[in-house]
Amino acid sequence: MIYALLFYEFFKIGLFAVGGGLAALPFLYDLADRYPWFSDSQLTDMIAIAESTPGPLGINMATFAGYQTSGVLGGIIATFALVLPSFFITLLVCRFLHRFAANPVVEDAFYGLRPAVAGLIGAVAVGLLEISLFRTDHQGLLWGLDYKAAILFAALLPLVLKFKKHPILYIGVAAAIGIIFKF
Amino acid sequence: MKRLLQIFFAFFRIGALTFGGGYSMLPMLQKETVDKTGWIRENQLSDYYALAQCEPGLIAVNMAVLICRPLFGVAGAAAAVLGVVMPSLLIILLIAACLGGAAHLVWLEHAFSGIRVAVAALVIQAVVRLLKNGVVDKATAVISGVAFVLLLLDVVNPVLIILAAALAGIGVRRFSQRRRGKRI
Repeated sequence: MIYALLFYEFFKIGLFAVGGGLAALPFLYDLADRYPWFSDSQLTDMIAIAESTPGPLGINMATFAGYQTSGVLGGIIATFALVLPSFFITLLVCRFLHRFAANPVVEDAFYGLRPAVAGLIGAVAVGLLEISLFRTDHQGLLWGLDYKAAILFAALLPLVLKFKKHPILYIGVAAAIGIIFKF
Repeated sequence: MKRLLQIFFAFFRIGALTFGGGYSMLPMLQKETVDKTGWIRENQLSDYYALAQCEPGLIAVNMAVLICRPLFGVAGAAAAVLGVVMPSLLIILLIAACLGGAAHLVWLEHAFSGIRVAVAALVIQAVVRLLKNGVVDKATAVISGVAFVLLLLDVVNPVLIILAAALAGIGVRRFSQRRRGKRI
């Protein structure tokens, strides 16, 4: 029975959370209020773990919450319940997209969308820089600058921009440097 | 079957190397679906990304289906979704099963601090590629600047920004066409 309930709740989150993994957060807090599955503070731990492990955030959260609730099977069920609405809705969108792709209005819309997406991701990049280069326990920006991270960033960015190597390479090198120099 | 496995593993790599949410998967998506395999063009990637953000559900799953359904059918889309989901599922179950251990290993935290720096650099590189593709004239430069500032100030929901940009795109094109039409 718990499995059916898990499926139902996470299917709902997958259906209504628009805008990616972080959009699922309010729904998860709501779950913590309504069910004894996990507490608010466990949810905070969950976010920290989901943020620092690979994989899309929403999937991490669903797996973790499902596991907390009812073990491995719970984790698998919650994850698939979260994924299913996206899967079917996007299959539908694909059909319409195919039909309207040649429509000039759709083309004009994408003419406006492309630069907007670039701008949006640019803002996300600024947020990423804040998280990765500054320590959060300081108030003043310059005081909080993590010099080791800043040097690594200054060295990495030109390399990343110039050489189209696979991201795995840069991630691996950065992980090694992080361990060796105790970031 | 061989094709399905190829799709599965391409998206498995994308899922395994995405740290911290849908946006940071862009560099991996560019590598695996544009550069390495040529499945889609750079422009399509950013079109799909705009759509994926407006749809309900997970951006990663939406992207997997948008890219793979037209090319490889429903089976291909399912293989891509399974691929992108599988690494998280395995890793999180592993961490959850031995919690208290892995999450607090000191060297692992150092590694992740380093990885976050690399992810920031990779995302900036993705933005540069998107800008080269999307900013083709003055109007698109303004649109990208406004979207950037609005999200940075955190005053407007990104979904609204995307919808407004689509309307702006239609408006600008219509206006310039009409003006050109009058001149001729």
